[in-house]
Amino acid sequence: MVLSIAVGAKPIPLAQVWPALTDPTAAEYAVVHEMRLPRTLLGLLAGTALGVAGAAMQALTRNPLADPGLLGINAGAAAAIATAALLFGVGAGAGQIWFALAGAAAVTVGVYAVGGGRTATPARLALAGAALNAALYSYVSAVMLLDAAGLERLRFWTVGSLAGADEDTVRRVLPFVAVGLLAALAAARPLNALALGDDSARALGARPALIRAAVIVAITLLCGAATAACGPLVFVGLLVPHLVRVLTGPDLRWLLPYCALLAPVLLLGSDVLGRVLGRPGELQVGLVTAVLGGPLFLWLVTRTRTARP
Amino acid sequence: MTSRLGGSGLRLAYERRVVADDLTVAVPDRSFTVIIGPNACGKSTLLRALSRLLKPAAGAVLLDGEDIHRRPARAVARTLGLLPQSPTAPDGIGVAELVSRGRYPHQGLLRQWSRDDERIVAESMAATGVADLTDRLVDELSGGQRQRVWLAMALAQQTPLLLLDEPTTYLDIAHQIEVLDLCARLHEEQGRTLVAVLHDLNHAARYATHLIAMRGGQVVAAGEPGRIVTAELVEEVFGLPCRVIDDPETGTPLVVPAARTRARQHGGRA
Repeated sequence: MVLSIAVGAKPIPLAQVWPALTDPTAAEYAVVHEMRLPRTLLGLLAGTALGVAGAAMQALTRNPLADPGLLGINAGAAAAIATAALLFGVGAGAGQIWFALAGAAAVTVGVYAVGGGRTATPARLALAGAALNAALYSYVSAVMLLDAAGLERLRFWTVGSLAGADEDTVRRVLPFVAVGLLAALAAARPLNALALGDDSARALGARPALIRAAVIVAITLLCGAATAACGPLVFVGLLVPHLVRVLTGPDLRWLLPYCALLAPVLLLGSDVLGRVLGRPGELQVGLVTAVLGGPLFLWLVTRTRTARP
Repeated sequence: MTSRLGGSGLRLAYERRVVADDLTVAVPDRSFTVIIGPNACGKSTLLRALSRLLKPAAGAVLLDGEDIHRRPARAVARTLGLLPQSPTAPDGIGVAELVSRGRYPHQGLLRQWSRDDERIVAESMAATGVADLTDRLVDELSGGQRQRVWLAMALAQQTPLLLLDEPTTYLDIAHQIEVLDLCARLHEEQGRTLVAVLHDLNHAARYATHLIAMRGGQVVAAGEPGRIVTAELVEEVFGLPCRVIDDPETGTPLVVPAARTRARQHGGRA
């Protein structure tokens, strides 16, 4: 976190970070408060949101490869934002998050319906999500080709970047992430029951339909907010739960809180790395997570035992 | 005969396909009840209805005199447990952790893991002989060991009634007997009421204290195996010509299918 504030186009010595934060007369006060601090806070929020959403989604679909990207939820939010930008010229700002949430919710409901509604199986959900995901990304690309100049800002956004952060963005996203986080954490114990299969879960007195609905709402809030703030970041929601699972095992009562803590570390670390590597400009954090995440993910896939049928 | 669990006038259906109509059953208290019948006779469907996984299209399953679907899910889960046919173990879960998930209906946001839970999980694992597997991963276990771990989870739920859907499927003969011996012991020593669907008629006749024979969604006969298992019943239920002799080990009925040549004389299936 300290690094995230210190590192940038204008480096601040680590020793100066605290004065820069607290002393309005310090030379770096403006840089820190208008750019670095919101950026760091946004990274924390988005990281937490994506990490928890990924873990919840993997539990819900009983699919270790599930990710806010896999079910098309981030893509839905992105498509809604791109459409809004094209039609109404809504760029950054208050409107964006509502479009993102609407898009995320529409895709979630759509995937659920296409995947078979109440009788949806993890495999069908994943297939429906993958199909919608591909279609929506093509759509976002098409929208950007239509209006390349006007959507220059959006182009960086679709890669995933924390660069657009300001205090307003943080304030707008915060309540959605907070509610989504609480809902997800409250669902940890029921999700543990659901992990044993629907029949076992019901035999234990859990209500699978209710749990699914609550978790889907939580995921929509978390993914929609994160995507609105910094674009469809990949791999954070997929990788962090896998890394954490090595430490905590499959118990979601531990897994979810640890994801909430570790995911922002990974995201901010990637953001800092992007700022260091891309000097004097920067690499978008979405590119960094993708480049780092790809190999790490392949490594995880090869060491994960294949699931028994 | 008293009965905490049963149903009357049950119509059981998946979508529009009716599996059983006007079905009436009662599970005697403290019995080891086994449901048998040919494939697609509705025995697993009946078990699903009794465990409230399937809501009857007509009639009602009664638990302690009340419609099971009107009672709170958690209260039912403290009275009636179920081991489904193919439960899913989450990847990388340990034996003790899986067994402890059986405590779910006894916990809540305010009532977290307690010393009682700890003790009950340990007792359940001791009762099923998996105490020495505590630190193993469920994925690494053999089929028989895994089934005993699942049974331990169901025991940790501490329900007076326990329903088992084909608990011996996919196990070799030694592990089948091991699991059934364990069930019989739980029934005798802990006084639990057990209801199991079994495929093997001889296993059913040996272990059940109460047998329910089904065919075409109807109960053909119900009662003590020694009283109801006859060559005529087996022929009627399974369409299998056979002889019924005394099991030399236990004295319970033992069904010996007729030899191919004799079956033809019977006019049965060749």
